[in-house]
Amino acid sequence: MLLIHCPYCEEARSELEFRWAGEAHIARPENIAAITDEEFAEYFFLRNNEKGLTYERWRHIHGCGRFFNAARDTVSDRFVMTYKAGLPKQPVPPAEKVSAIAEEKTVETWEATEGDAR
Amino acid sequence: MAKLGAGSIRTLPLAGFHGGSSAVRLEAAPPAERISLRAGAEDMAALSQALGLDLPVKPKTSAAAKGRTALWLGPDEWLVIDEGKGGLMQAAASSGVLHSAVDVSHRNAAILVSGPGASRAINAGCSQDLSLKVFPVGACSRTVLAKVEIVLLRTAEDAFRVEVWRSFSDYAFGLLAEGAQDAAL
Ligand SMILES: [Zn+2]
Repeated sequence: MLLIHCPYCEEARSELEFRWAGEAHIARPENIAAITDEEFAEYFFLRNNEKGLTYERWRHIHGCGRFFNAARDTVSDRFVMTYKAGLPKQPVPPAEKVSAIAEEKTVETWEATEGDAR
Repeated sequence: MAKLGAGSIRTLPLAGFHGGSSAVRLEAAPPAERISLRAGAEDMAALSQALGLDLPVKPKTSAAAKGRTALWLGPDEWLVIDEGKGGLMQAAASSGVLHSAVDVSHRNAAILVSGPGASRAINAGCSQDLSLKVFPVGACSRTVLAKVEIVLLRTAEDAFRVEVWRSFSDYAFGLLAEGAQDAAL
């Protein structure tokens, strides 16, 4: 079971209590009526879909109900850290970054584990 | 609205339900008054005074006084349960401070789970650590029981109150009954 640390409950809880809420740190334009269609598309539709470290919003929907931010590795599904909503993008601690990369190498891919399965 | 005929009775959710095993007792809790309370930190003192208990600020904690229990659900959210004379809405309104109080008395039903296997029965569908060290008496949390959301409160070392939305109460009771069987093995 994947455990996620909620910065409001100050505790790691089962992923079953949480819901993903898209990419984090996307600022709504100050005057949305004034921007071009291309700028609107960029703001509204386009996401980075990073492979590796990514910043996302998550919601502890079946717990405290709060939205918060998380840095997650999309290859290993490992949560590097979580922090409260409203805080600026937090740098990933160097030690964590190293172990996240190390863990990336040990991730089980379909090719590695099931590739030969008949 | 159609007038109820003389002698009609309101059937409560879980009315007549009872069950369990040699290790767990399951019963429907008596009807209670409940409010969903939202308020900011600056108005907590006045609301606490009006309700007659100290609204808890620490995650996963509750506070009880005179038949009322306030459960921390989030940083600005509480479930307040009154098993006595009631009057929660009036009490909250008398605080005179900005808040939101919604009467959810009939939205929820509660299942009382007790006995030496109580935590094991709940853990059949709930992933929280219910050891006394992590979830002591008085601890509470909104969480998940299999497919439904519940609010869990530990009322004694071997007793819990499971608050669940009334339309899910049948399912929750059935699942706890299965858990109670497993806990007795
Ligand atoms: Zn939380």
